[in-house]
Amino acid sequence: MSLGFFTLLAIVGIFVPFLNLVVPESSALHLSSYVVGLLGKYLCYAILATAVDLIWGFCGILSLGHAVFFGLGGYAIGMHLMRQIGPRGVYGHPVLPDFMVFLNWSELPWFWYGFDRFWFAALMVILVPGALAFVFGWLAFRSRVTGVYFSIMTQALSYALMLAFFRNDMGFGGNNGFTDFKDVLGFDLQSDVTRSFLLVLTVVALATSYAACRIIVTSRAGRVIRSIRDAESRTRFLGYRVESYKLWLFVFSAVLAGIAGALYVPQIGIINPSEFEPINSIEIVIWVAVGGRGTLYGAIAGAILVNYAKTFFTGAFPEFWLYALGSLFIGVTIFLPRGVMGLIPSWSRSP
Amino acid sequence: MNPLVRRKGTDQASPNPLQELRDAAARRKPSVLLGKVLYLDKVTVSFDQFKALNHLTLHVDPGELLCIIGPNGAGKTTMMDVVTGKTRPDEGSVWFGSNINLLTLTEPEIAQAGIGRKFQRPTVFEFLSVFENLELALADDKSFWHTLIARLSVAQRQRINEVLEIVGLESKQTEAAGALSHGQKQWLEIGMLLMQDPDLLLVDEPVAGMTPQETDRTGELLLSLAGKHSVVVVEHDMDFVRSIAKRVIVLHEGQVIAEGDMQTVQNHPQVVEVYLGE
Repeated sequence: MSLGFFTLLAIVGIFVPFLNLVVPESSALHLSSYVVGLLGKYLCYAILATAVDLIWGFCGILSLGHAVFFGLGGYAIGMHLMRQIGPRGVYGHPVLPDFMVFLNWSELPWFWYGFDRFWFAALMVILVPGALAFVFGWLAFRSRVTGVYFSIMTQALSYALMLAFFRNDMGFGGNNGFTDFKDVLGFDLQSDVTRSFLLVLTVVALATSYAACRIIVTSRAGRVIRSIRDAESRTRFLGYRVESYKLWLFVFSAVLAGIAGALYVPQIGIINPSEFEPINSIEIVIWVAVGGRGTLYGAIAGAILVNYAKTFFTGAFPEFWLYALGSLFIGVTIFLPRGVMGLIPSWSRSP
Repeated sequence: MNPLVRRKGTDQASPNPLQELRDAAARRKPSVLLGKVLYLDKVTVSFDQFKALNHLTLHVDPGELLCIIGPNGAGKTTMMDVVTGKTRPDEGSVWFGSNINLLTLTEPEIAQAGIGRKFQRPTVFEFLSVFENLELALADDKSFWHTLIARLSVAQRQRINEVLEIVGLESKQTEAAGALSHGQKQWLEIGMLLMQDPDLLLVDEPVAGMTPQETDRTGELLLSLAGKHSVVVVEHDMDFVRSIAKRVIVLHEGQVIAEGDMQTVQNHPQVVEVYLGE
């Protein structure tokens, strides 16, 4: 199953850019840039779903706040992209991004320092979600907050951050967020070549995330993690520090979500506080449930399927999307408790 | 009198098939200096007004098989909770050996100090195979970073196979633990405790819900462990206790009301009163 998955990703990574860049637009086989962007977005969501499945499907930690880590990764790269605009902004200020000039700020806030360098922003993509997950997880797991209480706390975290980022004086562009990005590392973000390259990068990131998660869940640590999910106190009595397992897994998952967010923003071209909306975190959980939790590839399939359905519904019948999403979740929970992946006979699935 | 002749006589008089094993276990008892004594001194645990343990004092010698009996609410489970660190007492002290103060340790630390506990309900990891269950119970570095890269060494693999043999599950090692019978799950769980090479095993109602054959097999297993480990068995099944016990402690309202061999304990007036009702 894993081999098939990697092959599929390789095909996407090679053929989609080829069909977009090399095949002429007049040909029936040509893929539009819109489709490339859409695919890139789905694959970022797939990384995010993998991150959620790792903690929810394998360790029973239901995080309803993973959009926060996704958003923070996106904001980190967004800050770099804003600095890259330089004097090309509407107001033409050499250093300050447009929204700061608009707010009559005279100098760059301290937390924007360093983001003009790509490596620094890339480091922050990992460090900021990782650090937040570490502090939050350390407090929650050490106090043995589990189950629905943990979920509510993560949901509150996501709501609190959304409100904070909506404020103009936070220094993150208020409700408009960041947009109008120009280029990254000298490559024009509007060009088809850059976009195809970002898609390939996302494919590689998804394959790497999947492989890393697969290595974790098949190791002895993975068996401990599943034991924590099914019999937490028993695992503790065997001498395993359950809190530390949960904490490192949570941090790793948050970092994955951050990376997904960082790949998402340059492809979508905007990041604003609505990314932190509680409903977004809940949607991720629905993708995983639809695909089938505790399988990793189920999460990926779920993310792509549900988001394809979302693209279709919001285009064709925009007012019905939320109803469709709700019924999908209820339907899957009742009729397909093991998700879409549960339909595949067990002999063809790897453990 | 020739001791051999006398022994033979007792064997004939006793219908207990485990008598032989019981004596063998008693003979294997190591020197007190080698193992660690578990010592509870005036331990009190209250839940609101109710005193689950009331100045409880008892000790477990190295290598002995001690049975603890008592009616519901006598404090048997609370006592185990205190020893394993799940419940902190209001008063008293709990020592394991001469230098380990159990009240200062966390649950995983107590497990690593050499105290293993078997719960009433079998809680093996159902989706893992029998072998993997034992692998997780292995006495090894249990940190996240170690288990992430750990591979079984030859010696560890051997130890797992040894334990599989002791608990009699060699033929089931690749099966999911969830597919085992109730008795087999209990043995697997005892095997998991053995993987940690504990000095002391706390076993909560091992034969509840077992068939007579499984009960006998469990008795044999526990007796074969005594001597190499100290074993504390909490049990309701009097016949089972009679068949394995050397020393019995009766708890009632959080205190020891009688102590000695089964015969002495059974005839103790307070025990009779507690069990037969007022």
